[in-house]
Amino acid sequence: MSAIEHAIPSGFRRTLCIFGREFRGYFTTPLAGVFLVIFLFLTAFFTFNVGGLYERDQADLRPFFQFHPWLYLFLVPAVSMRLWAEERRTGTIELLTTLPFTTANLVVGKFLAAWAFTTLALLLTVPTWVTVSWLGDPDHGAIVVGYLASALLAGSFLAIGSVLSALTKNQVIAFVICAVVAFLVLLCGFPAVLDIVRGWMPGSAGDRLAVALSSMSALTHFDSLMRGVIDLRDVIYFGSVIIGCLYINVLVVDWKKAD
Amino acid sequence: MGDDPILISARGLERRFGEIHAVRGIDLDVPAGQVLGFLGPNGAGKSTTMRMLTGFLEPSAGTVRIAGIDMADSPLAAKACIGYLPEGAPAYPDMTVEEFLRFIAKARGYVGAEATRRVDAALDLVHLGRVRRQSIETLSKGFKRRTGLAQALLHDPSVLILDEPTDGLDPNQKHEVRELIRKLGGERAIVLSTHILEEVEAVCTRAVIIASGRIVFDGTPQAMEAKAPATVTRNRLDWVFRSLTSASAVAEVTT
Repeated sequence: MSAIEHAIPSGFRRTLCIFGREFRGYFTTPLAGVFLVIFLFLTAFFTFNVGGLYERDQADLRPFFQFHPWLYLFLVPAVSMRLWAEERRTGTIELLTTLPFTTANLVVGKFLAAWAFTTLALLLTVPTWVTVSWLGDPDHGAIVVGYLASALLAGSFLAIGSVLSALTKNQVIAFVICAVVAFLVLLCGFPAVLDIVRGWMPGSAGDRLAVALSSMSALTHFDSLMRGVIDLRDVIYFGSVIIGCLYINVLVVDWKKAD
Repeated sequence: MGDDPILISARGLERRFGEIHAVRGIDLDVPAGQVLGFLGPNGAGKSTTMRMLTGFLEPSAGTVRIAGIDMADSPLAAKACIGYLPEGAPAYPDMTVEEFLRFIAKARGYVGAEATRRVDAALDLVHLGRVRRQSIETLSKGFKRRTGLAQALLHDPSVLILDEPTDGLDPNQKHEVRELIRKLGGERAIVLSTHILEEVEAVCTRAVIIASGRIVFDGTPQAMEAKAPATVTRNRLDWVFRSLTSASAVAEVTT
């Protein structure tokens, strides 16, 4: 009898293996090209035409970053919708989960690949930064923090989208629900919404509810980082959304994989 | 048999899907060297049982041990011993055959020259060399099934579980896959499910029939054939299969 034992790669190597397959997967379909072109076109359009980067006469990237939450609202679900729905539809999830991977390896590997992809899209906007630097003397620290905030926001939406993608075999449903949830996560920090809450519930109770709601909003934390200072609370907020969602994602994959 | 190590061992395997009791207590020991043909009507619980053996589904009750390793306690070590061809041979359509097998090699822990050697050996074994650079979505059903087999065989597993390996293949391809399975026997424990009863006669050393989630026959293909009365002269295995799995026979067993 030959030795039965088979080597199992380390957890890091297993996650890296999934990451590599996923990340390359984006570029074997038209998705990568379409996504990158639309993202770059829309960021440029909003920055220069709607945000009026030139007309403001200020060397900063606020008009550039301020539209990111609204772009991510429908671009991120387009990336996250296929993460699990596709595996379940084609049955490859059965292959993945019977290879020596833990569900956490799969969830983290896939999420990081998607995040790396949206971060790549974000990094391709660096020419905008160069333009501003060339025209004036921007606060580079604030811009770096802006990029960080944008990447964290995209990561949070991706983690939410990944959970929703694991709940359905239908990518369109995964897309729509992710966009709606992301919208609600943004909306609950919107001044107009907070005013309505205060209107409903006058006095200190309404104020407290408004503060609680806005502290749960991705928009509040995004805007806070936009001021150019890294506030640990904001980073913890995005970090806990991502980690919390990935944890739920593991449970959902185990629960739904055989449906 | 006898002294050969038991490579697959299932005890009291049960699985419920809500109200549906798909698998109702299966005990199965498969020693090295055995090729077990797993038979049963559609919906009898064949795929569900195989999915529990491979760790895809958790049993509602019972245990699975692969090469002595408990699937519930150390799933990774147990899964590392198994080569599995899921039903329909799922694979990533946008990858080429070679990329796909390289991914499997990496997942199995092979790197560098060893990974290349393993991929080449698997391609050779199932005669896929010709289409190695073709994307899987462009492959015919036969090639796709063989890609699934190559994936399952890549790490030279001691346990092979094949869910309908010849389904949808033409007679030549079926013959080829059967030859391959025969060749792979020896030191491995192989479980394959099929609807083709001649296949059991041709390649299996043991036949297990399940109906409504229970084992209704377990023996050699010869013993299975011997259950048919002498008056049945043609398709004797079919006759036995029908008599054991038809609705009335099953009702007798389950009550």
